This record gives sequence, structure tokens and C-alpha cells, in this order.
Amino acid sequence: MTLVPLPHRLMSRHRETADTVTFELEPLSGGLGPFAPGQYAMLYAFGIGEIPVSVCRTAGGGRLTHTVRAVGAVSRKLCDLPTGASVGVRGPFGTGWNLRAARGHDLLVVAGGIGLAPLRPLIDSVLAEPAAYGRLNVLVGARTPGDLLYRTELPAWRRPFGAVTVDRPAGGWTGRVGVVTALLDEALFTPENTTAFICGPEVMMRATARELVHRGLPAGRVQLSLERNMRCATGHCGHCQLGPLLLCRDGPVVLYDRTEPLLTVREL
Amino acid sequence: MTGPGDIRAASGAPTEAVLGRDGLDALVQVLKRQGRTVVGPTVRDRAVVLAELDSADELPHGWGVELEAGRYRVRRRTDGAVFAHSAGPQSWKSFLHPPRVRQWTAERDADGGLTVREDEPPGVSYAFLGVRACDLHAIRILDRVMIGGKYPDPAYGSRRKGVFLVAAECTEPGATCFCVSMGTGPAVDTGYDLALTEVVDDGGHRFLCRSGSEEGAAVLAELPRHQADEVTRTAAAEAVRRAAGNMGRSMPPTDLRALMRDNLEADRWDDVTARCLNCGNCTMVCPTCFCTTTEDVSDLTGDHAERWRRWDSCYDLDFTLLHGGPVRASERSRYRQWLTHKIGTWHDQFGSTGCVGCGRCIVWCPTGIDLTEEAHALHQEATRQRPTP
Repeated sequence: MTLVPLPHRLMSRHRETADTVTFELEPLSGGLGPFAPGQYAMLYAFGIGEIPVSVCRTAGGGRLTHTVRAVGAVSRKLCDLPTGASVGVRGPFGTGWNLRAARGHDLLVVAGGIGLAPLRPLIDSVLAEPAAYGRLNVLVGARTPGDLLYRTELPAWRRPFGAVTVDRPAGGWTGRVGVVTALLDEALFTPENTTAFICGPEVMMRATARELVHRGLPAGRVQLSLERNMRCATGHCGHCQLGPLLLCRDGPVVLYDRTEPLLTVREL
Repeated sequence: MTGPGDIRAASGAPTEAVLGRDGLDALVQVLKRQGRTVVGPTVRDRAVVLAELDSADELPHGWGVELEAGRYRVRRRTDGAVFAHSAGPQSWKSFLHPPRVRQWTAERDADGGLTVREDEPPGVSYAFLGVRACDLHAIRILDRVMIGGKYPDPAYGSRRKGVFLVAAECTEPGATCFCVSMGTGPAVDTGYDLALTEVVDDGGHRFLCRSGSEEGAAVLAELPRHQADEVTRTAAAEAVRRAAGNMGRSMPPTDLRALMRDNLEADRWDDVTARCLNCGNCTMVCPTCFCTTTEDVSDLTGDHAERWRRWDSCYDLDFTLLHGGPVRASERSRYRQWLTHKIGTWHDQFGSTGCVGCGRCIVWCPTGIDLTEEAHALHQEATRQRPTP
């Protein structure tokens, strides 16, 4: 289903933060997929519109889990939908995380804010097959403690190394404060044998990728998930261009070696 | 209808002949009899526009055009030529990739369930009459974008499928034309069903007609025609050769893709931004600009919704809108996006340039911005900055 949304039913919803909701969708018949970690769906709110949202967990029967932050007309509507409501879904679209290329490597998963959502199915995959990889590091940044996603799951990602940092502490926060790159000093990885997966605000991804390359990671082993306006998801609307890339098709997951020159040009 | 001495295709149909005015009349009628909607140039509102034709009478007999940056005028010709005008304000994009298309409708039932119905593609069968070499290339470029990738677009595909293409080689380019430097004209090479080359000389007003497909040859066989003669062939070739030497514009002799890639911070972008209104006219008239947006609408009951796709422009501030604001907020970045995409990154995305040298964007720019002039200026700026070896 690439052009016409397939009706799904919202089975359950969970409020993550003040403005962010995670919900599970089940197809009314058939189903899409399979979705690979890092791929996205176009979610349609009836009569309002459609937005690209990465899948943040998949399950049997074509069930999809998405985490949506209410920032626009469509995302606000999706966040307000009650259990049982209908959502149109198209997909799967785009490149996923290339986890196969990371086998045998130490893994750095670096997330900022809602950027943790597309990384969660990647973490699921790694935890399902831990022997295939070296040390898993999960580095999570958020604006405030109240903005942290998946709070019940975070403890399970603490070993071998997992840490959370916030920009602005509040409510008796005793954890780390500062940018997510500061956590790299404690992470357990051998740079020349490490693959990094980064998703967050673009400025955070640029800073993290630059820092990792500085620490000796090959730029081709730094994977980023980029965001641009997407209307069609099928390479026809032109909105998601980043220089030579159509991010709906060539992304959202891209390699830093190819995108570094593009990310340093303002307003490209 | 067989002319003695016809050169024949494998099917036995002729591959080359000379048509007179009666042949042109018959061509429109034969195509209509086949159930096709014939679209071609005609004079309307003091411009040569593309419209549905009932007969060859509606073609722009004796009309030419005068083109300059930001200027378009039709003018009377004394020779009665039909195809001696260059690109008008429209292109075949308007028919293959219409400005507005409904993609699907959705109904919400009483218990909140959702039913989505894809719109059926239209059953239209087009014949395009008078397609220039540049525009033939533009159609091929659109084909690669719309149906050449992983997700072929059904709305485009259904309109494109079975289009009968009657090309008209260009014998009188406009002052804003530069197909020679884009390698797209003025002669037509492949990808047509019939190709016409207009000849007006002492031997009369006639058209050398070649078939480029079995279907074209079959149509040619139904037309009143004369055997192709050497005088007409020579005159036709000469007219196209002369046209190649009459290009009003040219691109700089450099790798345009590299020029765009390597000069994203050139001063020239500020210069052109001072003249650019960001109106998007160039994207509307461009025969390959394909960008669209989606519109979701619902009726007053709130239970019926529709998805429409309409042309969009990279000059629109909303084009790159994310929740934090537009990615390309400055006018400078939006002109740069248009030009660097058109003649640069299009190669990366779709395997060719996006420019065919038709000059429409120059003519229909309200402030007369000329992309060839901008490319020359960027080239000069880059050359100045590069130390000579």
C-alpha cells in the first residue's frame, strides 16, 4: 500500500510525556510490512492530513507501534485519538538502520528527545540477539526529566552502558545534566570497531557525528536518521530534498560520510 | 493511399513521406477516429497555448513568437508556417501530470470505521501534436521521475501510457532557447511515433514526415502523402541545421552538475536573490518541474474526506516546513535550491539533468532572470576564485 492508506485501529495508547503519546495500531484486514527498524509509515488522521512517523516497535499480525509528539495539526490529532479510532497507514517507506553492517561491532545508540523512538526497534533487535554484537551503549538526551520517553524500559538498556542526561534539571532530578555527547567519555566502545546510530535534533546529530569521527569512528559507520518535510513518501513530491538526496527514498537513515558536506551548508 | 516508392517498415507501412496541408488535416482526423484526444498548439489570449484540437485549422498557421527574458509576444508571419513558434507558457506536463489530481476518497462510518477508495485513472488516450525535441526530452525526464522509480505513479502512468507523439522538429528557435547546449535539440532523435519537419520554400509548404514506431507508420499509411524526395529531405535537414546555429542562449561550457555542487556559497546567489520575487513562475512553466503537495479536505458532515495532489513550488515557504519552521527560510536558499536541483542534483536523483533548454523559465520570469546568465556568472565567479595552474 504505497498510495492509499490502509485502515488500522488504534488498540492502545500510552501518554509518554505532556506532549507525546505512544499508540499501537492493528490493521483491520491484511497488513503492511514488514517494517524494518528505522523505516517509517505515513499516518493519516481522517480529514486532517498525513505525516511521516518512524515505527518504534513492530509485532505479529501487522501491528505497529508509533510514538508521536504533538507539534502540528496532524500530530495533535493523532495524539488525541481514543482507543478504537481509525488511522490510515501507508508504508513501509525509506531506508532502515543497517544493523547487519554492525555485526561484531560495539554499538553506540545516541538519541535526543523524540529521536529515541526510531531507535527503540533497533535496540529491541540487538537485545534479541546480543551475542551478535559487541557492547551496546544507549545514550539518551532530553530537554527536561519530564520529556524522557520509555521510562519503564530505560533501566533494561543500562548494561553494558546506558545513561540519560537532560538539558534542564527539574523535579528533584539527581542524574546527569548536559549535552548527550558528554556521555561518550563513559561509553564502552573501541572507536575503530564501532557502529553508531544517531537520531535527534539535527544540531545534536551534527555535533555527535563530528565528535565520533574525531574520536576515530569511520564516518561511514555513523548512521543518522534525518528529518525533512515529506508529502508523498514515494519520491514524487520533491519536498524532502537534501541536496542530491530525496530523504523519503534515500533516507531517513543515511551515512555520515555522504551527508557531512550537506549538513554543513545552511538552508540546503 | 500507398504512394509508389514508399520506404516501408517491417509491417509494410511507410516510414517516410511528404505531407501537404491535406496530410496535416487528415492526421488530426485519423488520430481522433482512433478515439484519441488530440492536443496541440493553438493561438489563444495572444499566446500559443496547448489545447484540445478538433481540426488542423486550429493550429497556429502563420503565427510566430518573439521571446526575451520576461517578455512574450505573438506575431504574424507571412509564410503561413504552422510550427515556426517556440515554447509557449504551457508544456505537456499540464496533461501528463495535471495541476490538480484527486488521489482517493475516504468515508467514516457511524462507528468510526474508515473506508478508503482509490480514484480510477482517467480513460483518456492522448495524441500530442507538435512536440519539440526539447519537450520530447522533458517527457522522458518526467517519465523517469514519475514512473521510473520504485513507486510508479498511477495517475501519471495511466495518462502517459499509449500517448501518440507527433514531434515537430524546431526550425525557428526563440531568443531564449538553448537546447543545443543541453543536448536536447533542435532535431528529434527517438521516442516519437511521427516526426514532422516543416519546409516552406519555392517548392511549397510541406512537411517531411518520418515514422518512429509501428503505430506511427500505420497512421502515416492512412494519410494523403507524397513520396519523400531529396529536395525536401535536404531542405528539412538544412532548416534544422540552421536552427541549431540560431540558439539565442547557451549554457557555459562546463560540468553544470559540478558547478552547482561546488559553488553553494557563491556571491552570485545574493545577486540573483535581489532580483528574484520567489513567485514560482519558473517552476510552473518548466516542463519537468514535478513537485507537488497534498491537500486533505473534508465536507461539512466531516464524514467524507478527499486527498488531492496539486502542483507545488520549491519557492513556497511552506515547502520545507518542519515543526521548528522552514528549512529554507531565506529567498536566497530557495532560488539556489531551484537552480542547483534543476541542473545539478537532478543527476543524482534521476540520472539526468532536469533542464532541456526550452527557455520557458526565462520568458515567464516577471523580472527576467535568465538561468543561463546565472550559470555563466557562477562559472565566472568560480573561475576567478580558482588559481590558474
